[in-house]
Amino acid sequence: MATQLEPEARDSADVFREEVRQFIADKFPEELKGKSVSLSATEGPIKETDAQKAWREAMGERGWGTPTWPKEYGGGGLNRKQAAILNEELARAGAYNPIGGMGVMMFGPTLLEYGSEEQKQEHIPPICRGEIRWCQGYSEPNAGSDLANLQTMAEDKGDHYLVNGQKTWTSGGQWADKCFAIVRTDRSDKHKGISFLLIDMDSPGVEVRPITMISGTSPFCETFFTDVKVPKENLVGEEGQGWTIGKRLLQHERTNLSGAAPGGRAGASLADIAKKYGRTNQDGTLADPVLRDRIADFEIRWTSFLHTARRAVEESKAQGGVSEISSALKKLGTKLGQERAEMTIEIMGLQGLGWEGDNFSPVELQGVRAWLYGKATTIYGGSTEIQNNVIAKRVLGMLDHQ
Amino acid sequence: MAVLNEEQEMLRDMAREWATNESPVTEFRKVRASGEPEAFDRDAYSAMAEMGWAGIIIPEEHGGSDFGFMSVGLVVEELGKTLTASPLIATTLAASAIMLGGSDEQKAKWLPKLASGEAIATLAIDEGPHHDPQAIEASVSGGKLTGTKAFVAEAHGADLFVVAAKDGLYLVEKGDGVTLTTRRLTDQRSHADIAFDGAAADKLANGGDDLLDKVLDRARVLTAAEMLGMAQIVFDTTLAYLKQRVQFNQVLSSFQALQHRMADLFADLAQMRSAVEAGLQAVDSGAGVSRAAIVAKAEANRVLHTMSNEGIQLHGGIGMTDEYDIGLYLKRARVLEAAWGTRSYLKNRFATLGGY
Ligand SMILES: Cc1cc2nc3c(=O)[nH]c(=O)nc-3n(C[C@H](O)[C@H](O)[C@H](O)COP(=O)(O)OP(=O)(O)OC[C@H]3O[C@@H](n4cnc5c(N)ncnc54)[C@H](O)[C@@H]3O)c2cc1C
Repeated sequence: MATQLEPEARDSADVFREEVRQFIADKFPEELKGKSVSLSATEGPIKETDAQKAWREAMGERGWGTPTWPKEYGGGGLNRKQAAILNEELARAGAYNPIGGMGVMMFGPTLLEYGSEEQKQEHIPPICRGEIRWCQGYSEPNAGSDLANLQTMAEDKGDHYLVNGQKTWTSGGQWADKCFAIVRTDRSDKHKGISFLLIDMDSPGVEVRPITMISGTSPFCETFFTDVKVPKENLVGEEGQGWTIGKRLLQHERTNLSGAAPGGRAGASLADIAKKYGRTNQDGTLADPVLRDRIADFEIRWTSFLHTARRAVEESKAQGGVSEISSALKKLGTKLGQERAEMTIEIMGLQGLGWEGDNFSPVELQGVRAWLYGKATTIYGGSTEIQNNVIAKRVLGMLDHQ
Repeated sequence: MAVLNEEQEMLRDMAREWATNESPVTEFRKVRASGEPEAFDRDAYSAMAEMGWAGIIIPEEHGGSDFGFMSVGLVVEELGKTLTASPLIATTLAASAIMLGGSDEQKAKWLPKLASGEAIATLAIDEGPHHDPQAIEASVSGGKLTGTKAFVAEAHGADLFVVAAKDGLYLVEKGDGVTLTTRRLTDQRSHADIAFDGAAADKLANGGDDLLDKVLDRARVLTAAEMLGMAQIVFDTTLAYLKQRVQFNQVLSSFQALQHRMADLFADLAQMRSAVEAGLQAVDSGAGVSRAAIVAKAEANRVLHTMSNEGIQLHGGIGMTDEYDIGLYLKRARVLEAAWGTRSYLKNRFATLGGY
């Protein structure tokens, strides 16, 4: 529900907007305009240019890469309204948030909730400055959807844990500095035997093997732990609390993965693409009425998805708890994203199926790789089927037939 | 499965055995790794031709076996299962164009070579990234063809092109006035844009005004046969995986949600098979070919599209890896879906043929 801003609030919003504009004018390098390069562990090694580095540092210093995180740990300390203004102004200036990745999307919010004071002091500021990359050590060969079946063992050795086992599908494992992992500290209880542990990726005994994906890149790895010593300080929460913490983190992951986040869908619209690759009538409408119908159909559903995502946020805030409809966002958003990618290649015809070569534009080639990579979005972060199980059982109260 | 005669059963069994043993997906991976634009194994194609597969639709008098489209469809389906890269479909379609529209002389010159595997041929019809046979601009004057063709499959290996020009189909040999530019698509097979610049062209003059349509009917049906093999194997592989993968202390195949998904795919696949086989039979009988060809390709597009997506989804993370074969089928599927008409294109044509 839209509420009218109080006069003084509007004033302070205006003042803040002014401050943001000034900051962008001072610090955002012109040459980066329209180019979004955020520190995301899954996209590859970082080769920052000087300008990119300067912009990351400027944003990091303000804490504006993590605008709503507390100031005391290096966040921006902004309220939601201010964060929204920041986003608007960045977008308006063709600027971007250079600070991202799993540390921002998943790990940071979880640590702020469950970490000790020392852990927050140690780990949150480098995330806010975009200096440390995190990867997620959850899945194992036999623990995918059934995550709690994980077998990687952390044995109590007095002042440290000794970790042995294998993780897999570790996105960005080959480039990450640190890993937040869920490991087994007790074999006697499936869920209560799990603990949340932070592991340095350069510890002796950590080995990563990149896996090539259908899109031709290797954004994820198998990660092996052999007698890896992890100091006890790196346990988040209590021993045995790992399942609770780990699941909380997945909630953050799912919200981010739905594609509803600001900037979640950059680039040309389907209509733009259709105009560029197909024929238009005199009045600018698409000449193919069927395609026009399908694009409109898609955009209507995408719009209602964005409304749904916004309503979920508003309801959660009003209720002081997670709204029921949040559970549907990930499956809705990822499915729409895949549909959009499929339509894009269909609109472009074979020009939209290029694998390599300079007779395809970079945008065309990226589109193909993104289409292929996008098939993962309904698998990771809790697959669509698992989301459906959660909706049916926890939200709708439909019990197993057994 | 259509009721086959004894010869057809033998042919299918032979093709299945050969594809499984001599041309498993690892062979396609070798072709892909070689990076050669021609993108097929010449020795493998020679072996196929020796078994008579390149001449299945070609009359006996020209060195073929005259078994018809149903028969070549069986072989193509088996090759589709293992993603065998070869110019068999392309050559068969070019041969059918010559059979339908060629003079006795043209037939005598080309069909024996195509049947024996000595020559390779392909169709060069579309001029842009979308199938659009109404939009042909290539033209011939004084026996010289000028124009461009886009994304021609198996162009690198071909010695002969069956080229659509404004006033009909022409035979053009690779050579002077024919320039290829490689296009690398997701399926990593041979595709090229071709510039014809005054290339010597020999008209297929006996086919009548609808020669191109007839050839396209055959192209749709035979492409759909390859897609059938692909869909079948994605289905089989996925089903086997679900029966073996354990999560939550039980095999995935015991979850009702997944049982229903597979049941839906099973029904889809049944529809696809009937549509494709009816298309092949229609070509052989000559009755209602255009309509049957549209149904075959449109259903193949619909089902393989769904199947290739579901195959990956139901495999979970492992389906996203290059090491696992399932993604290769997805990357081939979209190229074939676009070839000779997307579902949208075919629906429109179906309605046109139906007079509504
Ligand atoms: C690109 C990519 C990046 C990833 N990054 C990471 C990462 O950084 N860190 C990490 O820890 N993991 C990561 N993962 C792993 C991901 O979380 C798992 O792939 C996911 O949990 C599914 O597990 P699985 O692959 O073992 O599939 P499985 O669990 O074997 O599932 C196979 C299929 O069965 C379905 N299924 C399973 N159980 C049920 C059920 N009870 N009812 C109905 N259907 C069911 C699934 O939905 C799926 O369709 C990544 C995966 C991908 C593809």
